[in-house]
Amino acid sequence: MAGQAGSDIASLVSRNEATILPEWLELQKKAGTLHTGRISEGELQSQSKNFLHLLRDALAQGGSDVSNGAYEPAKAMLAELSRSRASQGFSPSETASFVFSLKQPLFNALNRDKSLSGEQIASTIWTTTVLLDELGLFTLEIFQKSREEVIIRQQREIAELSTPVVKLWDGILALPLIGTLDSQRTQVVMENLLQTIVDVEAEIAIIDITGVPMVDTLTAQHLLKTVAAARLMGADCLISGIRPQIAQTMVHLGVELNVISKSSLADAFAVALRQTGRAVVKTKRIDGAAVPDKKIGRQEA
Amino acid sequence: MDRIPILKFGNTLLVTIQVDMHDRLATALEEDLTAKIVAHTARGVLIDISALEIVDSFMGRMLDNIAAVSRILDADTVVVGMRPAVAITLVELGLSLTGVKTALNVERGMALIHSRLAESEADDADDED
Amino acid sequence: MPTTKTERLDIKASDDVVRVRQLTRAYALEVGLSLVDQTKVITASSELARNTLDYGGGGEVTVELVEQGGRRGVRLTFDDKGPGIVDIEQALKDGFTSGKGMGLGLGGAKRLCNDFSIASKPGEGTKVMIARWK
Repeated sequence: MAGQAGSDIASLVSRNEATILPEWLELQKKAGTLHTGRISEGELQSQSKNFLHLLRDALAQGGSDVSNGAYEPAKAMLAELSRSRASQGFSPSETASFVFSLKQPLFNALNRDKSLSGEQIASTIWTTTVLLDELGLFTLEIFQKSREEVIIRQQREIAELSTPVVKLWDGILALPLIGTLDSQRTQVVMENLLQTIVDVEAEIAIIDITGVPMVDTLTAQHLLKTVAAARLMGADCLISGIRPQIAQTMVHLGVELNVISKSSLADAFAVALRQTGRAVVKTKRIDGAAVPDKKIGRQEA
Repeated sequence: MDRIPILKFGNTLLVTIQVDMHDRLATALEEDLTAKIVAHTARGVLIDISALEIVDSFMGRMLDNIAAVSRILDADTVVVGMRPAVAITLVELGLSLTGVKTALNVERGMALIHSRLAESEADDADDED
Repeated sequence: MPTTKTERLDIKASDDVVRVRQLTRAYALEVGLSLVDQTKVITASSELARNTLDYGGGGEVTVELVEQGGRRGVRLTFDDKGPGIVDIEQALKDGFTSGKGMGLGLGGAKRLCNDFSIASKPGEGTKVMIARWK
């Protein structure tokens, strides 16, 4: 039954290609496919013609069952079209309308066909609707997927951009982390930090998490892995900027950071200086105003 | 069979691993080092692995063993020059080599050994007082 | 999953473990894995090759360059006709070992790869498959 309907539609398409194609193109143009100049009319024409042929062949061989192997070429073409339109900035409805706008020309052709009974026309319209809906949804799915791929790629780029390793002093590095730490990002951060340790021969790295909104068990594990890897290379890590509520959450979660941690970056820096055999000492201020003994000196003069 | 050369600098032994080691070679190195620590009464062992592209659990265990054995023989072992990718992989593998001391390069490793020697000599001097 | 290139190696002696590492490196480079990912998959290959040798009594490995949905990857299948593993879940736990190792081989190799699967029958042998994708 389904197979019969499939070959019926296939022969209908073959017989009426000359009218279906221009009608379809006209509808697509009306829907605004060409408006922004993202694809040319010639391109649209060849895409439409190509798809109509693939659909006809699929119908003839595989009936109206979209999961049939005969539909692979047509689906592959739709997938390709969907991906390229996603990257060209088409909206989802603009992309899906490529398939959905084929309905009307097909129905028109059916209605014009004198060889079919009313009943046949009704059942063929139903089959066609189901078929094109499925193909349209398939197009949307691929569209969605390719947008997700774009998002993932951008996330990766953002992750790389947002983790600068800064040098505080000879042999002392700081990594100010901002934002949520997921596995993907931690890997980038970790590689970045470790490579910089090698490049500048750093002895101590301070990981500052003031800008990290929350620390769960997983984030803590990521941090500890980074610390462990740095130690294997011969560098020490300090963690700073653990905010009060984060410290509390960590205790509640039972997360332990077995590293030296300080509440502020300044404290951690002081520890780092001490560990590398340096100290910060107060000297007389140059601007004079705030230092009492210098003021006295001036009065005397 | 090939052996990995062990160099002697004063009371420190220096090993630079430059080949992709098979397991027998690693085991042989462990034995050779133990023998040399005793023969030269070495106080420090420096293992430079900056040329190694991977360290798997077998080599990790070898490094751990060398550190443990040398500790018993009163020598410090410092592993130097581990590459970032190797360090990340070892951590992911679950090996943190907690018994092994590390340094960024040979120079730093040598300094670490000397500072520890100086410390222990100072302790000895205190004891004699 | 189409395979675009494949090679097979025997694992009969400890030198072969080195050869497996080198072959894995060549394939990982061809796939274009990042340095860290290369190191991870080579290390995993080393762990599994040693398992095949020590616990499986020797066997073979098939290294493949695979493609799926536009992604390229390297896949390794280790095959031995050894005693097999009775309790796979236990064998995957860290610290479990039936021999002289540290017990990080199987679980560690799993953590270092994207895909991991193991099939084993006591008395018949063990087959471990890993893959790392770009």
